[in-house]
Amino acid sequence: MDIVDLSRMQFALTAMIHFLFVPLTLGMAFLLAIMESVYVMTGKQIYRDMTQFWGKLFGINFALGVTTGLAMEFQFGTNWAYYSHYVGDIFGAPLAIEALMAFFLESTLFGLFFFGWERMSKVKHLAVTWLMAIATNLSALWILIANGWMQYPIGSEFNIETMRMEMTSFTEVLLNPVAQVKFVHTVSAGYVTGAVFMLAISSWYLLKGRDLPFARRSFAIASAFGLAGVLSVIVLGDESGYEVGEVQQVKLAAIEAEWETQEAPAAFTLFGLPNEEAQHTDYAVKIPAVLGLIATRSLDEQVPGLREIKENNLKRIVRGQQAYDLMQRIRAGDKSATTREAFNAVRDDLGFGLLLSGYTDDVLNASPEEIAAAVEATVPKVWPLFWSFRVMVGCGVLMLLLFACAFWHSARRTPDKPKWLLKFALFSLPLPWIACETGWFVAEYGRQPWAIGEILPTHLAVSSLSVSEVWFTLISIAVLYTIFVIIEVWLMTKYARKGPSSLHTGRYDLETTHAQEA
Amino acid sequence: MDYEALRFIWWLLIGVLLIGFSVTDGFDMGVASLLKVVGNNNDERRVMINTIAPHWDGNQVWLVTAGGALFAAWPPVYAASFSGFYLAMMLTLFALFLRPLALEYRSKIDNEQWRSRWDWLLTLGSAVPALIFGVAFGNLLQGVPFQFDNLLRLDYTGNLLGLLNPFALLAGVLSLLMFVNHGAAYLQLKSEGQIKARSERIASLLSLTCAVLFVLGGIWLWLGVDGYQVVSVIDTNGANHTTDKVVQVVSGAWFHNYGKQPLLWLVPALGVIGFVLCSLFSRLAWHVSAFISSALAMAMVLVTTGISMFPFVMPSSLVPNHSLTMWDATASETTLSIMFVVACVFVPLILAYTAWGYFVMRGRLNEQQIRDNTHSMY
Repeated sequence: MDIVDLSRMQFALTAMIHFLFVPLTLGMAFLLAIMESVYVMTGKQIYRDMTQFWGKLFGINFALGVTTGLAMEFQFGTNWAYYSHYVGDIFGAPLAIEALMAFFLESTLFGLFFFGWERMSKVKHLAVTWLMAIATNLSALWILIANGWMQYPIGSEFNIETMRMEMTSFTEVLLNPVAQVKFVHTVSAGYVTGAVFMLAISSWYLLKGRDLPFARRSFAIASAFGLAGVLSVIVLGDESGYEVGEVQQVKLAAIEAEWETQEAPAAFTLFGLPNEEAQHTDYAVKIPAVLGLIATRSLDEQVPGLREIKENNLKRIVRGQQAYDLMQRIRAGDKSATTREAFNAVRDDLGFGLLLSGYTDDVLNASPEEIAAAVEATVPKVWPLFWSFRVMVGCGVLMLLLFACAFWHSARRTPDKPKWLLKFALFSLPLPWIACETGWFVAEYGRQPWAIGEILPTHLAVSSLSVSEVWFTLISIAVLYTIFVIIEVWLMTKYARKGPSSLHTGRYDLETTHAQEA
Repeated sequence: MDYEALRFIWWLLIGVLLIGFSVTDGFDMGVASLLKVVGNNNDERRVMINTIAPHWDGNQVWLVTAGGALFAAWPPVYAASFSGFYLAMMLTLFALFLRPLALEYRSKIDNEQWRSRWDWLLTLGSAVPALIFGVAFGNLLQGVPFQFDNLLRLDYTGNLLGLLNPFALLAGVLSLLMFVNHGAAYLQLKSEGQIKARSERIASLLSLTCAVLFVLGGIWLWLGVDGYQVVSVIDTNGANHTTDKVVQVVSGAWFHNYGKQPLLWLVPALGVIGFVLCSLFSRLAWHVSAFISSALAMAMVLVTTGISMFPFVMPSSLVPNHSLTMWDATASETTLSIMFVVACVFVPLILAYTAWGYFVMRGRLNEQQIRDNTHSMY
């Protein structure tokens, strides 16, 4: 494996592990705020116990979120140095703002949430919890603005003097439509994760017949919050973000295995077996018009297919060759106005020239085979995207079903929930994580071959490190993270099993039984 | 405001963030490093950990913000330093991994071995970064072997062992001892009895050691480390032309700024005075003054380094002309001004709620309080 593959693996590893903890933090933070609000409004001790117990689990999870988050902050600089140089002017800003506006607040309040119970009035502590939840979500907003820009880089232009992208409009970067839908979709996914987590564990207590009042209340709050979250994830799914920007269009075409552009409105392929060689989907089950409706919100706009996208990219690569050559000449000292003008005319396709540079040493005189290879690379493999997307949607549908049933039963105030529902909830525990991970896989694998859509190819974005250095860090991180995750899951399970008795208030089932045993 | 002024302000702001990091995260790293030295039993160690428990997470964000601000305001510096010091950065990162886990998990299981392991990991996770930050600055002062190609891609010839040279190690030890000393100063403020008494003794000794190492480092820098000097004119208001300037390596160049502006000698002098006062106040048990002196000394050590190198931030020993300075390794004017506005709004807010957080958690901790709240504290 070369340095690019290794760096990508390291990034994938750290990002995917980081995102095991983030969605739970996003969801649990609001759930804690809701439970504590009920406590402050009703004055019932049990809601305070709920906040503190679920807060313990939140804390165990948060610690690893912070730990793995540090790796994300470091990694752009350590492993993606050219990326950092090339787009830091735009990409760095949301990351820095995230720290200043959100992460500081979240982290400062995290300490006060745990240690401030006896030192503040009820209302002040409640304010701390709410602000912590809001800050957590603000944090997600800025990270997704940064990520949205990678998918759909607007509000910026290439500056040949400094040899990098520079910000032209902060507002455009901020209001990037891709970032906005991603934000809503991602935080909602977080709410669902928090809700499934609480619902599954409460269901386990109910199945065991333990701490019933505690578990019933937790179940009710989780089911209402989860239903709202899952509806938001599905209705505000980020398909709507797939109409802008070519990278997004490629993703959409690959997710749908839309090899050829169809007549508008395009049919939606429900299932099938994408066949990369024949550029065809075998055994496809199609629903007419649905894709066109989802993607373009219209009946007459076309959704471009992969072949059309590639044909278009061939043209852009040819222009990119010009851009690359002119860029080299200007960098070498050519100051003539004609060269500058010629460059400006093809500047937007420079990224495609940079992409081609990964396939040939002589970009201007690349052979047809080299160009063909680059064109082929502009479209990611179809089947991984096709299937991960369907796994994500499948999980989403199952969770919708789960929350619909759970909400129905808690709204009817049935004192004893049916066993099948409790088991369904318990075994649904992995679903939100599977959905989150496959969703991110679609978003990021679908962005390839670009680090920044149509601007900076991934192969150019890496640091100049030695293969052995990155092997060393990749293996170290894999080993460390494995140990961390094992410890975390073990602690989490231990505390979940203990339940509210872990608060040692003397009010919960295990303590009374233990006391009897002793 | 013009580009030049913004660039200068960002040089100051990065300094502020680094000082914020040393003064806040510095003491919790220091306390954690002292865990096995000052804490003789589990209750004492729990007192120490709980003095930092409500604050370590917020403190650590100074580091994250400094990283983010470097990315946004000085992208080439972020790229060159993080990838150039690759293995050192990654080892620091691995060490930093341990802190949140050790703090959060240590007291979750009531088992001596479990706690003792996390205690060691917490110490390791705090002492290693403290050491490496100093090593990094020691290397910045000597120049780092990197260069740019025509597309401004970076290339390095250095390695991890090269970073661990004697001068850099001296800087590393100074940085580690400063953090530990700061931790001892903080413990004086927040603890009682034996822990407080031990911390006073440690700080009174360590501060003087820091003062000696700081002066020693200065002499070594004067006699044994060549500085860098820009001899061409940099257009401080224009786009970055990072590789176009002419830089010379000159003996004693790191002292030129002090020669030009003798008043600046006050800064290193205040650093030394801060350490001496910290020692004195620790002996007198004037805890607030000791903590402030320690913070002042740390800030002045950082500012001294910044002034010595000004306008350089990362000189290249391989191709000095490719050195990064705060004039020609910055973000665009648009980004710098947006980030300046953001910083103006949020830095005061951060300071305000951080201060409120310390106010809420004010007061000293003792073993009895830990025993009374054994299930809710770390």
